[in-house]
Amino acid sequence: MEDKAIICKDLTKQFGDFKAVDSISFEVERGEIFGFLGANGAGKTTAMRILCGLSFPTSGKATVAGFDVYKQQESIKKNIGYMSQKFSLYDNLTILENIEFYGGVYGVSRPEIKTRSSDLVKTLGLEKEAKKLVGELPLGWKQKLAFSVAIFHRPKIVFLDEPTGGVDPITRRQFWDMIYQAAADGITVFVTTHYMDEAEYCNRITVMVDGRVEALDTPTNLKKRFNTDSMDDVFYQLARGAKRGEN
Amino acid sequence: MNSVSLKNIIKTYGDVKAVNDVSFEVQKGELFGLIGPDGAGKTSIFRILTTVLLADSGAATVEGFDVVKNYREIRNRVGYMPGRFSLYQDLTVKENLSFFATVFGTTIEKNYELIKDIYDQIKPFNNRRAGKLSGGMKQKLALCCALIHKPDVLFLDEPTTGVDVVSRKEFWDMLDKLKKQGITIVVSTPYMDEATLCDRIALIQNGNIMSIDNPDNIVQSFPKPLFAAKADNIYKLLEYLRTDGEIESCYAFGEYLHLTLKSDEIEAESVTDIAGKYNASGLETKLITPTIEDSFIRLMNEYNHGEAVKN
Repeated sequence: MEDKAIICKDLTKQFGDFKAVDSISFEVERGEIFGFLGANGAGKTTAMRILCGLSFPTSGKATVAGFDVYKQQESIKKNIGYMSQKFSLYDNLTILENIEFYGGVYGVSRPEIKTRSSDLVKTLGLEKEAKKLVGELPLGWKQKLAFSVAIFHRPKIVFLDEPTGGVDPITRRQFWDMIYQAAADGITVFVTTHYMDEAEYCNRITVMVDGRVEALDTPTNLKKRFNTDSMDDVFYQLARGAKRGEN
Repeated sequence: MNSVSLKNIIKTYGDVKAVNDVSFEVQKGELFGLIGPDGAGKTSIFRILTTVLLADSGAATVEGFDVVKNYREIRNRVGYMPGRFSLYQDLTVKENLSFFATVFGTTIEKNYELIKDIYDQIKPFNNRRAGKLSGGMKQKLALCCALIHKPDVLFLDEPTTGVDVVSRKEFWDMLDKLKKQGITIVVSTPYMDEATLCDRIALIQNGNIMSIDNPDNIVQSFPKPLFAAKADNIYKLLEYLRTDGEIESCYAFGEYLHLTLKSDEIEAESVTDIAGKYNASGLETKLITPTIEDSFIRLMNEYNHGEAVKN
């Protein structure tokens, strides 16, 4: 049990008659990079909100970092990091202030914030910019900083919601270097993306269609199963039959 | 004849050169792609061409009309779908469409043929408010609204960003049909794989056009043999190869690493020999054809290197 970062069993979320998440089951290993893919409207966001302790499921079971999604939402929030494409850094705070703010919110002690933030600024090569407003940073840097902030309190799991949207191909790869590093440090990474080449960087991926997990395997096995050499095609074959995306 | 033409267009915001001396032409009936990440200057170029933003200097025409002097003529002849959803969220699908038709002095019925294929897909939701539509449907409605006055040129700013693979394929099929009706289309995208669906593309980065040609030529002008390699632990292999003296460049690309050598060797065995030094299990290497993304990465590195030398 302790080796699993996330366990979902028949997890369901219903809005009226509509099953946004329809009895999904999967387990994520600790330190795994787990890709969570699906067509628009497949239920990814709803599932992710439940796993982040922001929304209650209708039925089924799930634990995140060992905590129950019904009863221990606050413990979940303390033990995860979250970053989305619309990242939540404050444009009118400096880089250091943003780091301090998030460190404080997550209860990292003041001396610890000090050491870690100066280390972080060094690792990112942002020593000169540390006192600049985040709003002045190029998008690629913001994204790297947002990710670093999301794992600043050393969470067990980090949720990344389309983290690389719109960045150039080089920065996108640097970002994935950081993801690999975090995974190597033992942080479980749960990531959604629309870039199919990025799906290949994951240890395992799920594809959600109409609220259900239609496939769950390593990228290599999925390609074998669908008899193709591109993840793009795997996704297309699975999601093409989606009925509801457009409602 | 050219449908769109830019000459030495410069646009700055404070110290930032958003568009840096950009010149290019789009022929009538062409499907032309601006390919580049956020902040490359794509949106500024669109806004200048649709006459909603003034350039600092340079000249541009659309359908032969000057973007400054003849902006009224241009506005009647272009359709513009901005990157951000810009329809009225609290009007229904039908109301939005009627509104845009009326503004351009036409009716939905008059140019129905043009939008029929796309409109049919959202017609069942005619009475739904635009704000309540899914991403894919918003995109279709926005395209209908941009087409309702039968424009000569269609400007689409990142129409497929954040859209899943299936909807993206559908969208590009729609563009192909519109192209067959003779409409000139200028489209931007951050997805490099979509570049191959255009007749010609401009690769842009930091306000500069790095390359402009048809996708095949861009790929063929890749100056080095390109190899792919993979191993059981691909991340370790990447770390090793990146620092190897014989490797010129190496980066992750889907399930493989892509790499070029300092030598011009074209045999994949030479890569196997180099990677063999690191005892990578499950090693596999092959010579491959570059993609647009490979070309983009290479041009970007050359460009960044040039900038570093200049400073």
